[in-house]
Amino acid sequence: MIRIEPREAPSRLLTIGIPVLSAMLALLLAAIPLTFAGANIGEAYQQMAKGIFGSMFAFTEMLTRATPLIFTGLAATLAFRAKLWNIGAEGQLYLGAMAAVAVSTGWISGPPILLIPMILIAGALAGALGMAGPAYLKTRFGADEVVTTLLLNFIILIFIQMMLEGPLKDPMGMGWPQSSPVVDNALLPQILPRMRLHYGLVIALVAAVIAHIMLSKTVWGLKLRAVGENAAAALHAGIGVKRTLMSAALISGAIAGLAGVSEVAGLRGYLTTDLSPGYGYTGIVVAMLAGLSPLGVIVAALFIASVFVGADSMSRAMGVSSYLADLVVAMALICVLVGGFMARFTIKITPSNNTLPTNDTGVA
Amino acid sequence: MNNDTVLCLNNLSKRFGTIVANESVSIDLKRGEILSLLGENGAGKTTLMNMLFGHYMPDSGSIQVANVQGELAPLTLGHPQAALNAGIGMVHQHFTLAENLSAIDNILLGSESLFAWRRSMGAAREKINSIMLRTGLNAPLDTIVGQLSVGERQRVEILKALYRDARILVLDEPTAVLTPQEADTLFANIEVMTKDGLSVIFISHKLREVLAFSHRIAVLRHGKKVGEIATKEADEKIISRLMVGADTPSTPKEVLDVGAPVLQLIDLCAPGTSARSSLVRANLTVCASEIVGIAGISGNGQSTLAKVISGLTRPTSGRLEIDSEPVLTYTPASLLNAGVGRIPEDRHHDGVIGAMSVSENLAIERLDSSDIQKNGFLRKKKLKLNAQKLTQKYDIRGPGIESETRLLSGGNIQKLILARVFEASPKVILANQPTRGLDMGAVSEVGKRLLQARKRGAGILLISEDLDELMALADRIIIMHDGELHTAPSHDRAQIGLIMAGEIS
Repeated sequence: MIRIEPREAPSRLLTIGIPVLSAMLALLLAAIPLTFAGANIGEAYQQMAKGIFGSMFAFTEMLTRATPLIFTGLAATLAFRAKLWNIGAEGQLYLGAMAAVAVSTGWISGPPILLIPMILIAGALAGALGMAGPAYLKTRFGADEVVTTLLLNFIILIFIQMMLEGPLKDPMGMGWPQSSPVVDNALLPQILPRMRLHYGLVIALVAAVIAHIMLSKTVWGLKLRAVGENAAAALHAGIGVKRTLMSAALISGAIAGLAGVSEVAGLRGYLTTDLSPGYGYTGIVVAMLAGLSPLGVIVAALFIASVFVGADSMSRAMGVSSYLADLVVAMALICVLVGGFMARFTIKITPSNNTLPTNDTGVA
Repeated sequence: MNNDTVLCLNNLSKRFGTIVANESVSIDLKRGEILSLLGENGAGKTTLMNMLFGHYMPDSGSIQVANVQGELAPLTLGHPQAALNAGIGMVHQHFTLAENLSAIDNILLGSESLFAWRRSMGAAREKINSIMLRTGLNAPLDTIVGQLSVGERQRVEILKALYRDARILVLDEPTAVLTPQEADTLFANIEVMTKDGLSVIFISHKLREVLAFSHRIAVLRHGKKVGEIATKEADEKIISRLMVGADTPSTPKEVLDVGAPVLQLIDLCAPGTSARSSLVRANLTVCASEIVGIAGISGNGQSTLAKVISGLTRPTSGRLEIDSEPVLTYTPASLLNAGVGRIPEDRHHDGVIGAMSVSENLAIERLDSSDIQKNGFLRKKKLKLNAQKLTQKYDIRGPGIESETRLLSGGNIQKLILARVFEASPKVILANQPTRGLDMGAVSEVGKRLLQARKRGAGILLISEDLDELMALADRIIIMHDGELHTAPSHDRAQIGLIMAGEIS
């Protein structure tokens, strides 16, 4: 007889320790498919570590990869805390990128101090706009935001394709469906010489800190948490539930839009439809790994970026498939979800008897 | 071995986390006997019966049930099917009927083989008819359950158990939803059934009906059996002392001069979840320093009334005036600002946010006040001081003011809500079932606080299903039936019961 009992209050050590352990466990479990692929396990892990920490370039590459994941992870975190399931960060990322490109490909000129805030604001507004529709449909008609945000991703991507074949197409692009390059003064500068790492990371870290402060120290954050945890009681207590949901939706969309700005103005320099290899969706995993904590998002994004970059380098060196990275990320998510369950509940195994031993005190 | 015994519960214990729901409870039941299981809310009555019926697995202890030959055999624990096979039938407080099926389909549900070619309804109908004839439990078999009255639904539940040849019937608070007259009919029916050899365990916390009608009384307190007594040797005093552990002091009510009207409903109509629960041209006045009690069977418009006064439902016509000012916008915030304090019916669902801290829950109704925030930032120190003050003043006990509110007991959650409501010194207080599910100590605390607020000059609208509570606290009693308000002529129980049932108006 297996029984599951809730824990009184999960300890702090458990809430932090379990995601870390889960991540480790997921990496260890990756040994199984590696063996099937015929690779030497020790060497494979070594290559992986080398791919992340082996050189300054490798390390900054990992950070570069983590940057959009921090943004999309934050977008998911803020929305999910309000129990608003924004699955549309991918689309909002592209909207943000498109807005940034639209304002920064030549028709406005100015110094970086003017252009960079401008593309950030444009991208954030576009991302927020992408979330405004689903949020309105949810608060007004109760439409399921999972469906609307998810499907909107495909609509937005096709819309971007159309724009890249039309008004935004680079006349000098030799027919490729890509936008004109972002002007130099609007590019996010590099942090280190000769490395791809850019100031998008700093903006992402600042955004995470601000999100943390907003959630835990402001009235808005309290309202957001109240609506997410118990909307009926929040409504009864006089909190504007719809207004709170709407604001959470817009901020979530705006942050996802910033991910697009950061990618297009920090890394690529122009917009194509392969700007994001699914950062919007991976952001959901980041948020869950982080236990919906904004500061945790930073750590989770670093972990997932490490897995991706490390697995890339491992697959190049060892000749195993780079899809292994997806496998590790998926396993880490499952481990964290199971781990989260273990943190909240204890499992007790008692012998299965029809008549249980009599226990006079009643306290086992 | 006594052949008369049909059921033995031996030393049953059950814990939920750190809460001990039952501790080493032993009870036996004889053939044809009506045993009352009495105890306050939360004393462990329902948990005990859920273990008997296999819904819960006991931590320790065993159960023996008599088989058809009358010999006691151990019951497989944790399996409702085993309990059903052993002849145990249970009628839950909240019915377990499929509302979209007819009464007869509900009775047969689960007793037919999935692989039968055709349904042999004739034989089943004959059996049910004979049970109805024998016991007097009549229900329209071909009517959809959704259209039956509460009393009829309950009879369908009992018929369901009897159709499965139950020899032991457990009734969990069967009269909670019935009018006094319906309850009397039920008791008469049960008496007939016990003559047939049926044994009944009857859970209640109403002393009067227990004394009137059972053979033996077992009293639970804090999960333990604290006494067992033959009904003919018992009286209200003995039992209530067993239930509570001491005589209950009745709170004396001061005579006060009633002030000006603070809450007025004028020809107010508002939609409810059904036609029965919609308000139809309701007129109601509550004055300062007055407690107006709303009696009635649940589902007759009480929750619609509460929702309107809480700002959760917008009336379709008519007026609501707070302190002689008409309410223009119906949102919880606007009514809060108008000076209405609300104690919600479902305190876990509407009253508190379980995953947030005690201090946050204490402040959540006045987030805009400058005590709580400055430029949108929470003033954590003030929050903490406020919580420390209120937890002390209202004796809210729990793991601490920064711990999650869900860890508090029901009584302490209610005290938290009381603290939040009363500290705002509201002109009007809506108390919707404020003592439901609370232990005796918390119940008297609620009553005390309501009387204090009355003395301070608040107008209080007290909605309750507990007539005794209304009699003790309310200055006037108004009865709701089919969404209409009827003034009770006096504090006369029989009169009120008839109006509740819609017999007279």
